[in-house]
Amino acid sequence: MKELKYAEAINEALREEMERDERVFIMGEDVGVVGGIFKVTKGLMERFGEERVRDTPISEDAIIGAAIGAALVGMRPVVEIMYADFLYVGGDQLFNHLPKIRFMTGGKLKVPLVIRTQFGLYRYTAAQHSQVPFVQLMNTPGLYIEVPSTPYDAKGLLKAAIRDDNPDVFFENADLYYTITGPVPEEDYIIPLGKADIKRRGRHVTLFAISYMVHVALKAAELLASEGIDAEVLDPRTLSPLDKKAIIDSVKETGRLVIVEPDIKTAGVGAEIATLVVEEAYDYLKAPIIRLGDEDIPAVFSKPVRDQCLPTSDKVVQAVKTIVKVLEIMGGQTSKKRSGKRRKK
Amino acid sequence: MVLIRRFEEKLLEVYRLGKVKGLAHPYIGQEAVAVGVCEALQRDDYILSNHRGHGHSLAKGIPARDLMAELYGKATGVCCGIGGSMHSTYPEFGVIFSSAIVGGTIPIAVGVALGLKMRKRNNVVVSFFGDGAVNIGGFHEALNMASLWRLPVIFVCENNQYALSTHVKRHLGARQIVDRACAYDIPGIVVDGMDVLAVYKETVKAVERARRGEGPTFIEARTYRFLDHGMYYVGEYRTKEEVEEWKKRDPIKLLLNVIRNEGIATDEIIKAINEEVEKEIEEAVVFAEKSEYPTLEYAKSILYVRSGGL
Repeated sequence: MKELKYAEAINEALREEMERDERVFIMGEDVGVVGGIFKVTKGLMERFGEERVRDTPISEDAIIGAAIGAALVGMRPVVEIMYADFLYVGGDQLFNHLPKIRFMTGGKLKVPLVIRTQFGLYRYTAAQHSQVPFVQLMNTPGLYIEVPSTPYDAKGLLKAAIRDDNPDVFFENADLYYTITGPVPEEDYIIPLGKADIKRRGRHVTLFAISYMVHVALKAAELLASEGIDAEVLDPRTLSPLDKKAIIDSVKETGRLVIVEPDIKTAGVGAEIATLVVEEAYDYLKAPIIRLGDEDIPAVFSKPVRDQCLPTSDKVVQAVKTIVKVLEIMGGQTSKKRSGKRRKK
Repeated sequence: MVLIRRFEEKLLEVYRLGKVKGLAHPYIGQEAVAVGVCEALQRDDYILSNHRGHGHSLAKGIPARDLMAELYGKATGVCCGIGGSMHSTYPEFGVIFSSAIVGGTIPIAVGVALGLKMRKRNNVVVSFFGDGAVNIGGFHEALNMASLWRLPVIFVCENNQYALSTHVKRHLGARQIVDRACAYDIPGIVVDGMDVLAVYKETVKAVERARRGEGPTFIEARTYRFLDHGMYYVGEYRTKEEVEEWKKRDPIKLLLNVIRNEGIATDEIIKAINEEVEKEIEEAVVFAEKSEYPTLEYAKSILYVRSGGL
């Protein structure tokens, strides 16, 4: 094992996949000469040349479209869209074409490409550089969506996405690029797409957390532990495919669910997760589900205001305390299933 | 051209009988463009097409019965009945796919050309689109990219004068469409889109340029669709005189004149060709009608590549 920063792990994944497979190439705005505005593709143009690490015009629609075309004739493009907000600029190719080409052609074609993009929560980039469009893509069948929270997951998921024959949108979190380090194996590895990861085991409540919010949830779990509450932190790692079984299994064990998401709360990922749990594990719930997400307004620039909008560890702790009564868990009632009507499966 | 013409006429017939559903956009009148262009291509050269794409598919070699079955929504169709009229594919003949979003395949065609260049293959790709598509943002992004990277792509704009009901003079902020190519330093050519031989000759030159690594060419083929935009009446926007005037220059009649004047083929041969086409169309309809529909299970099974390549 070695210790890598989140950005370094992604860079290493790209480098290794380009060395492994000459069909893999990178294309995007400012990815080459300067190595990306976050330096995630640093050094790759020097290593692989301008053909395979291709700076493009500012043309999101044509960048995604051209990547689709190249993928259709056997290349394996990895496209960088500088900010997740700019996915909308390439929306015709992203929504109308990429997820549907294989389908519309009756399964005859495949489009093996990866769109890497990033979102930042604490960079104070205002309303057009802060969006987290997870659900827009989840609601568009035909795409895989990765949301890594650690260097290990980032590298393993990106390598898997590049080798996979389906189109992927890979969401990096800019706040994590250089702020966290983590263990990464020396040897080649991939993480299967669609497998959630329990980042912390716990008995009393499941904290379903995405990307940066995994770290918020882990900190909250530490705080809760000091008060005798044992929280489980579940990281889906991919939103499509979604590891429904892992979510349901966890809630069946803990009986309580708090969702901690970085996207807008209304009709956000959490709404889908909460509904899934109600549909599949209602009888196991001991308390109402709580969702913590971004406020239902575009991102405010001003830091003190913006900081009030997002979930924090303290907010998670407070939320958990409203549904986990210490006396109740001390009284040994946690394992009792919800009484009343059992639904038939 | 006769095959395309008869295919479309048969389509109108079965559509009116309710056997074909959804949207379909007849190509009648524009046959010389698809045929002239595709004749200049090799089997392993590629095309990408648009909502008015039956002509492109047939000209590139897709069997009429496979296309007809698709229009019927049958599992034996080119897209297994999942795509319909506006989404054709046939990789064996270089038909990658067609998009129903105006201008949607133009950036994709540029990417196909990029992929071909990176893989050092000497093939070319043709992007078919109409006059309405030249005002879509993706058109401009794609032309810029193709020029910048000198990619082996031929942009074929079928200027049939109308973006649905809106005449080119009422939607184009330029004197003529081909001028758009000039802005991206791409050689632009105007060709008589009713003259299949003229279209063929210009495409041959464009293909040669592309194969020599000299980059894209833009061909504006001036043509006319004899029928309405689609299967539904949308209102009056052309005069009868205008339509009749263009019909005098029917591309099939023009070619027949050349054939007869230059003694290229006898009337007997022409008759035999017509009969052969008739047989093919009738067989296509029988094949489509006898074929089974796909299943919901099948539709669900194809969205993702399940092996995943991992």
